[in-house]
Amino acid sequence: MAEVLVLVEHADGEPKKVTGELLTLARELGEPAAVFTGAPGTYAKAKAYLAEYGAAKVYVVESDDVAEYVGAPIAEVLAKLVGDAAPTAVLVAATADSREIAARTAAKTDSGLIWDAVAVTGDLVATQGVFGGSTIVQSKVTKGTPVIVVRPNSTAPVAAPGSPAEVTVDIAISDVAKSAKIVDRVAEAKSGRPDLTEAQVVVSGGRGLGAAEHFALVEKLADTLGAAVGASRAATDAGWYPHQNQVGQTGKTVSPQLYIAVGISGAIQHRAGMQTSKTIVAINKDPEAPIFEFADYGLVGDLFNVVPQLTDEIEKRKG
Amino acid sequence: MNIVVTVKQVPDTWAEKKLDAADKTVDRVSVDNVMNEMDEYGVEEALKIKEAHGGEVTVVTMGPAKAVETIRKALSMGADKAVHLTDDALHGSDALQTSAALAKVIASLSPDLVITASEASDARGGVMGALLAERLGLPQLTQARKVTVDPGAGKVAIERLADNGYSLVEASLPAVVGVVEKINQPRYPSFKGIMAAKKKPLTTLSAGDAGLDAGSVGLAAAASTVLDANPAPPRQSGTIVKDEGDGGTKIAGFLAAQKLI
Ligand SMILES: Cc1cc2nc3c(=O)[nH]c(=O)nc-3n(C[C@H](O)[C@H](O)[C@H](O)COP(=O)(O)OP(=O)(O)OC[C@H]3O[C@@H](n4cnc5c(N)ncnc54)[C@H](O)[C@@H]3O)c2cc1C
Ligand SMILES: Nc1ncnc2c1ncn2[C@@H]1O[C@H](COP(=O)(O)O)[C@@H](O)[C@H]1O
Repeated sequence: MAEVLVLVEHADGEPKKVTGELLTLARELGEPAAVFTGAPGTYAKAKAYLAEYGAAKVYVVESDDVAEYVGAPIAEVLAKLVGDAAPTAVLVAATADSREIAARTAAKTDSGLIWDAVAVTGDLVATQGVFGGSTIVQSKVTKGTPVIVVRPNSTAPVAAPGSPAEVTVDIAISDVAKSAKIVDRVAEAKSGRPDLTEAQVVVSGGRGLGAAEHFALVEKLADTLGAAVGASRAATDAGWYPHQNQVGQTGKTVSPQLYIAVGISGAIQHRAGMQTSKTIVAINKDPEAPIFEFADYGLVGDLFNVVPQLTDEIEKRKG
Repeated sequence: MNIVVTVKQVPDTWAEKKLDAADKTVDRVSVDNVMNEMDEYGVEEALKIKEAHGGEVTVVTMGPAKAVETIRKALSMGADKAVHLTDDALHGSDALQTSAALAKVIASLSPDLVITASEASDARGGVMGALLAERLGLPQLTQARKVTVDPGAGKVAIERLADNGYSLVEASLPAVVGVVEKINQPRYPSFKGIMAAKKKPLTTLSAGDAGLDAGSVGLAAAASTVLDANPAPPRQSGTIVKDEGDGGTKIAGFLAAQKLI
């Protein structure tokens, strides 16, 4: 069976849930071969997880060259593996970094690129939601090795424990790929909550919150649900919440089981980032707010009354 | 500084976007079209860099004849000149082909800095900056929320958005910069700007003029194909209830009934 390459998505070696999703998907398309790229010493943290989710092989590149420059070095690794291993496809998560790496890989290998797939069938037909999810498209790569960028939360990760063969990739990253140097990394966002794009539940706040400190209401509700916190652009522009948490056309695209919009009007650009959520709940005091046109459950009321009551009620039910 | 900024004409954000029934490419004919909103931020950043360091801003677009409207807008904001790559043969090009075509045009302009926006609102690829860097063999400084150029030292640095903050990324010029909309506040074209735009130099190129091989461009040569396209089942609005002092409890009831809590 031919290999299906999966670029491992990780933070300092800790694999992200989407990696398990991609490996699960890859198992249906061929023999899953994980590609781990990271700084020296990071692979050890990913090893068990990749075995757990059924990687048959792991290609490992541990070097500062792949960790300290934007995009291009990892694309060189993938392009080399496409040449050496002749895989059926390359699967990459739809994160800001990885979609760029996918694009460069496709360019290097003269292959077709599909982004934001939510499903891929055995004959490599990908399903995409385009125009913010309003049109569903089936598409297929017709040239080279399909490079497919897959949305997080598209497949449920299923464990299939094995013991992958480890292959150290022998590659010298070119100078031109080492031209955009990452000289510092600055953490701004508060964490401890799940990743926005991976979370099963997202609670987002908008202009209706009125002030940065009122985001505490949203955070408290999120924490009772084990949810990630999102924000509308009005809220991030006002500086009430970090822009990394922005949901929408120019923010993150999320597709959780449950999305709760608090004081968000539901502008088309916000909708573009969340309308594929399984269930949408909206709290807004304006009955005419567009969000009510596509919410599964809409509560017309003042969020300052509704949200604390909802938080308490969930706590109570949890016992 | 010789700055190139890419812009793209897209269906209006508020228009109901469709794929053409026959060839399943984005329908750019039956809808109102505008400059991709994000590109306004790219143009603004190019103008700011020019204002700080001197030089010239050239707008580059690939698109049908009427994409010239978008060029005019960029010129009326203050860009100096423009190149419009337009040819029926280019219709249906995918991102990979578009990047190859744009790279060819851009390379001929020998820029110090290429500025793109992080995403166009039609296909939402978010890949053009990376692809242009790849094709041009230049540093990729995409996802920038802040750009600092030092022409004397031949350096450029950005704050690149990251999941939990940002990275500081540095490179030598020339480079490709991709901007996000947090970077600035785009200016509106002034009346004077609109009048002046009409007289600014505009070069129109066919695929052949740009040195593109006819067999490599357009829908027939694209590396991926759309097999089928259908409207998503419309999202029905669900239950709407008014808060009567028990709104939070009601939502909790709904969530419990859906087994979400
Ligand atoms: C190029 C471009 C890109 C964009 N990208 C994004 C994006 O990625 N994400 C995004 O979100 N937006 C984006 N936008 C902005 C978008 O158009 C809207 O302006 C934005 O989503 C509005 O945010 P909001 O819903 O929080 O604010 P508003 O539209 O002001 O809505 C606030 C809502 O809160 C309600 N409210 C007020 N007080 C209360 C209360 N006490 N209780 C209950 N409800 C209350 C109001 O009734 C109102 O409906 C973009 C715009 C542009 C031009
Ligand atoms: N046909 C085109 N002509 C000029 N610029 C383009 C074109 N397509 C994309 N771009 C640029 O690339 C950016 C990102 O586009 P995309 O990768 O298509 O989302 C856009 O905002 C434009 O600046």
